Amino acid sequence: MKTRPLSPHIEIYRPQLTSILSVAHRGSGIVLALGLPVLVLWFVALSRSAEAFHLAQSWAGSWVGRVALLVWSLCFFYHLLNGVRHLFWDVGMGYGLKATYRSGYAVVVLACALTAIAWIVGIFGARWIG
Amino acid sequence: MKKSFATAEKRVRYLGSAKEGVGHWWWQRVSAMALIPLSIWFIASLVLLSGADYSLWRAWVQSPYVAVGMALFMLGAIYHGVLGLQVVIEDYLPHHGSRLFWILLVNFAGWILGALSLVVFIQLFVGR
Repeated sequence: MKTRPLSPHIEIYRPQLTSILSVAHRGSGIVLALGLPVLVLWFVALSRSAEAFHLAQSWAGSWVGRVALLVWSLCFFYHLLNGVRHLFWDVGMGYGLKATYRSGYAVVVLACALTAIAWIVGIFGARWIG
Repeated sequence: MKKSFATAEKRVRYLGSAKEGVGHWWWQRVSAMALIPLSIWFIASLVLLSGADYSLWRAWVQSPYVAVGMALFMLGAIYHGVLGLQVVIEDYLPHHGSRLFWILLVNFAGWILGALSLVVFIQLFVGR
Protein backbone atom coordinates (compact mmCIF):
# COMPACT_ATOMS: atom_id res chain seq x y z
CA MET A 1 0.00 0.00 0.00
CA LYS A 2 1.23 3.48 -0.83
CA THR A 3 2.07 5.73 2.09
CA ARG A 4 -0.53 8.41 2.21
CA PRO A 5 -0.95 11.39 4.51
CA LEU A 6 -2.88 10.38 7.58
CA SER A 7 -5.35 12.30 9.65
CA PRO A 8 -4.24 12.82 13.26
CA HIS A 9 -4.13 9.58 15.22
CA ILE A 10 -6.80 9.56 17.87
CA GLU A 11 -4.35 8.21 20.50
CA ILE A 12 -1.97 11.15 20.22
CA TYR A 13 -4.68 13.77 19.75
CA ARG A 14 -5.03 16.09 22.74
CA PRO A 15 -8.63 15.88 23.98
CA GLN A 16 -10.55 19.14 23.80
CA LEU A 17 -14.03 20.10 24.95
CA THR A 18 -15.19 20.22 21.33
CA SER A 19 -13.98 16.73 20.43
CA ILE A 20 -15.17 15.23 23.73
CA LEU A 21 -18.66 16.71 23.28
CA SER A 22 -18.73 15.54 19.67
CA VAL A 23 -18.02 11.92 20.54
CA ALA A 24 -20.34 12.20 23.56
CA HIS A 25 -23.17 13.12 21.17
CA ARG A 26 -22.58 9.85 19.34
CA GLY A 27 -22.16 7.86 22.52
CA SER A 28 -25.32 9.26 24.10
CA GLY A 29 -27.23 8.64 20.86
CA ILE A 30 -26.17 4.98 20.85
CA VAL A 31 -27.13 4.60 24.53
CA LEU A 32 -30.55 6.18 23.85
CA ALA A 33 -31.12 3.93 20.81
CA LEU A 34 -30.32 0.87 22.96
CA GLY A 35 -32.84 2.15 25.50
CA LEU A 36 -35.72 2.17 22.98
CA PRO A 37 -36.29 -1.64 23.01
CA VAL A 38 -36.30 -1.55 26.82
CA LEU A 39 -38.84 1.30 26.76
CA VAL A 40 -41.08 -0.65 24.37
CA LEU A 41 -40.79 -3.75 26.58
CA TRP A 42 -41.88 -1.64 29.55
CA PHE A 43 -45.03 -0.64 27.61
CA VAL A 44 -45.55 -4.30 26.66
CA ALA A 45 -45.49 -5.12 30.39
CA LEU A 46 -48.00 -2.32 31.08
CA SER A 47 -50.29 -3.71 28.38
CA ARG A 48 -50.13 -7.33 29.64
CA SER A 49 -51.16 -7.33 33.29
CA ALA A 50 -50.74 -5.67 36.67
CA GLU A 51 -48.29 -8.47 37.64
CA ALA A 52 -46.12 -7.86 34.56
CA PHE A 53 -46.21 -4.12 35.27
CA HIS A 54 -45.14 -4.60 38.88
CA LEU A 55 -42.32 -6.88 37.78
CA ALA A 56 -41.12 -4.24 35.27
CA GLN A 57 -41.39 -1.55 37.97
CA SER A 58 -39.38 -3.65 40.43
CA TRP A 59 -36.64 -4.06 37.79
CA ALA A 60 -36.68 -0.31 37.11
CA GLY A 61 -36.48 0.36 40.85
CA SER A 62 -33.61 -2.07 41.42
CA TRP A 63 -30.03 -0.90 41.81
CA VAL A 64 -29.16 -1.78 38.20
CA GLY A 65 -32.42 -0.27 36.94
CA ARG A 66 -31.83 3.01 38.73
CA VAL A 67 -28.28 3.34 37.40
CA ALA A 68 -29.55 2.60 33.86
CA LEU A 69 -32.31 5.21 34.26
CA LEU A 70 -29.80 7.76 35.57
CA VAL A 71 -27.47 7.16 32.60
CA TRP A 72 -30.38 7.29 30.15
CA SER A 73 -31.78 10.51 31.61
CA LEU A 74 -28.37 12.20 31.47
CA CYS A 75 -27.85 10.94 27.90
CA PHE A 76 -31.32 12.17 26.95
CA PHE A 77 -30.83 15.72 28.23
CA TYR A 78 -27.31 15.93 26.85
CA HIS A 79 -28.32 14.61 23.40
CA LEU A 80 -31.35 16.92 23.31
CA LEU A 81 -29.37 20.05 24.23
CA ASN A 82 -26.34 19.24 22.11
CA GLY A 83 -28.68 18.33 19.25
CA VAL A 84 -30.18 21.83 19.44
CA ARG A 85 -26.59 23.14 19.38
CA HIS A 86 -26.01 21.13 16.20
CA LEU A 87 -29.21 22.47 14.61
CA PHE A 88 -28.01 26.04 15.24
CA TRP A 89 -24.73 25.17 13.53
CA ASP A 90 -26.67 23.69 10.61
CA VAL A 91 -28.31 27.05 9.92
CA GLY A 92 -24.93 28.78 10.25
CA MET A 93 -25.28 30.17 13.76
CA GLY A 94 -22.94 29.84 16.73
CA TYR A 95 -19.70 29.27 14.86
CA GLY A 96 -16.37 30.61 16.04
CA LEU A 97 -14.17 29.23 18.79
CA LYS A 98 -15.57 31.41 21.56
CA ALA A 99 -19.24 30.75 20.77
CA THR A 100 -18.59 27.03 20.32
CA TYR A 101 -16.91 26.72 23.72
CA ARG A 102 -19.56 28.84 25.41
CA SER A 103 -22.42 26.73 24.01
CA GLY A 104 -20.45 23.58 24.84
CA TYR A 105 -20.09 24.46 28.51
CA ALA A 106 -23.73 25.60 28.61
CA VAL A 107 -24.88 22.23 27.24
CA VAL A 108 -22.88 20.30 29.87
CA VAL A 109 -24.12 22.44 32.78
CA LEU A 110 -27.75 22.45 31.58
CA ALA A 111 -27.77 18.69 30.93
CA CYS A 112 -26.60 18.00 34.49
CA ALA A 113 -29.06 20.56 35.91
CA LEU A 114 -32.06 19.17 33.98
CA THR A 115 -31.15 15.60 34.96
CA ALA A 116 -31.04 16.65 38.62
CA ILE A 117 -34.38 18.50 38.30
CA ALA A 118 -36.00 15.50 36.58
CA TRP A 119 -34.89 13.18 39.40
CA ILE A 120 -35.97 15.58 42.14
CA VAL A 121 -39.39 16.02 40.49
CA GLY A 122 -39.61 12.26 39.89
CA ILE A 123 -38.82 11.37 43.50
CA PHE A 124 -40.97 14.06 45.12
CA GLY A 125 -43.70 13.79 42.47
CA ALA A 126 -44.02 10.14 43.41
CA ARG A 127 -44.77 11.25 46.98
CA TRP A 128 -47.46 13.69 45.81
CA ILE A 129 -49.25 11.09 43.73
CA GLY A 130 -48.62 8.70 46.56
CA MET B 1 -6.03 16.43 -23.12
CA LYS B 2 -7.97 16.81 -26.35
CA LYS B 3 -10.04 19.91 -26.70
CA SER B 4 -13.67 19.17 -26.02
CA PHE B 5 -16.47 21.14 -27.58
CA ALA B 6 -19.00 20.07 -24.97
CA THR B 7 -20.39 22.82 -22.80
CA ALA B 8 -19.62 22.95 -19.09
CA GLU B 9 -23.18 21.93 -18.31
CA LYS B 10 -23.07 18.93 -20.66
CA ARG B 11 -19.89 17.67 -19.00
CA VAL B 12 -21.29 17.67 -15.46
CA ARG B 13 -24.84 16.60 -16.21
CA TYR B 14 -25.95 13.33 -14.56
CA LEU B 15 -22.67 13.14 -12.67
CA GLY B 16 -23.67 15.06 -9.58
CA SER B 17 -26.21 14.84 -6.83
CA ALA B 18 -29.79 14.18 -7.83
CA LYS B 19 -30.72 16.00 -4.62
CA GLU B 20 -31.17 12.61 -3.01
CA GLY B 21 -27.72 12.27 -1.52
CA VAL B 22 -28.64 14.68 1.26
CA GLY B 23 -31.82 12.73 2.06
CA HIS B 24 -30.33 10.93 5.03
CA TRP B 25 -28.79 14.09 6.46
CA TRP B 26 -32.02 16.05 5.88
CA TRP B 27 -34.38 13.55 7.52
CA GLN B 28 -32.03 13.20 10.46
CA ARG B 29 -32.47 16.95 11.06
CA VAL B 30 -36.23 16.94 10.40
CA SER B 31 -36.78 14.04 12.81
CA ALA B 32 -34.53 15.80 15.33
CA MET B 33 -36.69 18.94 15.18
CA ALA B 34 -39.89 16.91 15.53
CA LEU B 35 -38.41 15.07 18.51
CA ILE B 36 -37.64 18.26 20.45
CA PRO B 37 -41.26 18.88 21.59
CA LEU B 38 -42.25 15.19 21.45
CA SER B 39 -39.39 13.94 23.62
CA ILE B 40 -39.72 16.78 26.15
CA TRP B 41 -43.43 15.98 26.53
CA PHE B 42 -42.77 12.24 26.73
CA ILE B 43 -39.96 12.41 29.29
CA ALA B 44 -41.81 15.02 31.36
CA SER B 45 -44.84 12.71 31.42
CA LEU B 46 -42.75 9.72 32.51
CA VAL B 47 -41.07 11.77 35.23
CA LEU B 48 -44.38 13.13 36.59
CA LEU B 49 -46.01 9.67 36.47
CA SER B 50 -42.98 7.80 37.78
CA GLY B 51 -44.55 7.09 41.14
CA ALA B 52 -48.01 6.32 39.77
CA ASP B 53 -49.65 2.93 40.27
CA TYR B 54 -50.86 0.52 37.59
CA SER B 55 -54.38 1.93 37.24
CA LEU B 56 -53.15 5.52 36.87
CA TRP B 57 -50.69 4.51 34.13
CA ARG B 58 -53.44 2.59 32.31
CA ALA B 59 -55.76 5.59 32.57
CA TRP B 60 -53.06 7.88 31.19
CA VAL B 61 -52.42 5.83 28.02
CA GLN B 62 -56.16 5.64 27.28
CA SER B 63 -56.32 9.30 26.33
CA PRO B 64 -56.35 9.62 22.52
CA TYR B 65 -53.96 12.59 22.69
CA VAL B 66 -51.51 10.61 24.77
CA ALA B 67 -51.83 7.58 22.47
CA VAL B 68 -51.14 9.67 19.36
CA GLY B 69 -48.32 11.53 21.08
CA MET B 70 -46.68 8.31 22.24
CA ALA B 71 -46.96 6.73 18.79
CA LEU B 72 -45.43 9.83 17.16
CA PHE B 73 -42.64 10.01 19.74
CA MET B 74 -41.81 6.31 19.50
CA LEU B 75 -41.83 6.15 15.69
CA GLY B 76 -39.86 9.40 15.47
CA ALA B 77 -37.31 8.21 18.01
CA ILE B 78 -36.89 4.82 16.30
CA TYR B 79 -36.50 6.49 12.89
CA HIS B 80 -33.98 9.02 14.26
CA GLY B 81 -32.12 6.23 16.06
CA VAL B 82 -31.90 4.06 12.94
CA LEU B 83 -30.54 7.00 10.91
CA GLY B 84 -28.02 7.80 13.63
CA LEU B 85 -26.82 4.23 14.08
CA GLN B 86 -26.44 3.93 10.31
CA VAL B 87 -23.97 6.85 10.32
CA VAL B 88 -22.00 5.27 13.15
CA ILE B 89 -21.86 1.95 11.28
CA GLU B 90 -20.79 3.65 8.06
CA ASP B 91 -18.04 5.53 9.89
CA TYR B 92 -16.50 2.65 11.80
CA LEU B 93 -17.09 -0.47 9.70
CA PRO B 94 -14.83 -0.34 6.64
CA HIS B 95 -15.82 -3.75 5.25
CA HIS B 96 -18.76 -3.51 2.84
CA GLY B 97 -20.23 -6.87 3.76
CA SER B 98 -20.34 -6.32 7.52
CA ARG B 99 -21.46 -2.74 6.96
CA LEU B 100 -24.44 -3.89 4.88
CA PHE B 101 -25.22 -6.61 7.41
CA TRP B 102 -25.32 -4.24 10.39
CA ILE B 103 -27.26 -1.51 8.55
CA LEU B 104 -29.89 -4.05 7.50
CA LEU B 105 -29.99 -5.46 11.03
CA VAL B 106 -30.53 -2.00 12.53
CA ASN B 107 -33.26 -1.25 9.97
CA PHE B 108 -35.07 -4.54 10.60
CA ALA B 109 -34.82 -4.00 14.35
CA GLY B 110 -36.33 -0.54 13.85
CA TRP B 111 -39.27 -1.89 11.85
CA ILE B 112 -39.92 -4.66 14.39
CA LEU B 113 -39.74 -2.24 17.29
CA GLY B 114 -42.00 0.26 15.50
CA ALA B 115 -44.64 -2.35 14.66
CA LEU B 116 -44.52 -3.77 18.19
CA SER B 117 -44.87 -0.38 19.85
CA LEU B 118 -47.82 0.59 17.61
CA VAL B 119 -49.72 -2.60 18.41
CA VAL B 120 -48.99 -2.16 22.12
CA PHE B 121 -50.15 1.47 22.10
CA ILE B 122 -53.37 0.49 20.31
CA GLN B 123 -53.97 -2.28 22.85
CA LEU B 124 -53.32 0.13 25.71
CA PHE B 125 -55.59 2.71 24.12
CA VAL B 126 -58.56 0.38 23.71
CA GLY B 127 -57.90 -0.93 27.23
CA ARG B 128 -57.12 -4.56 26.47
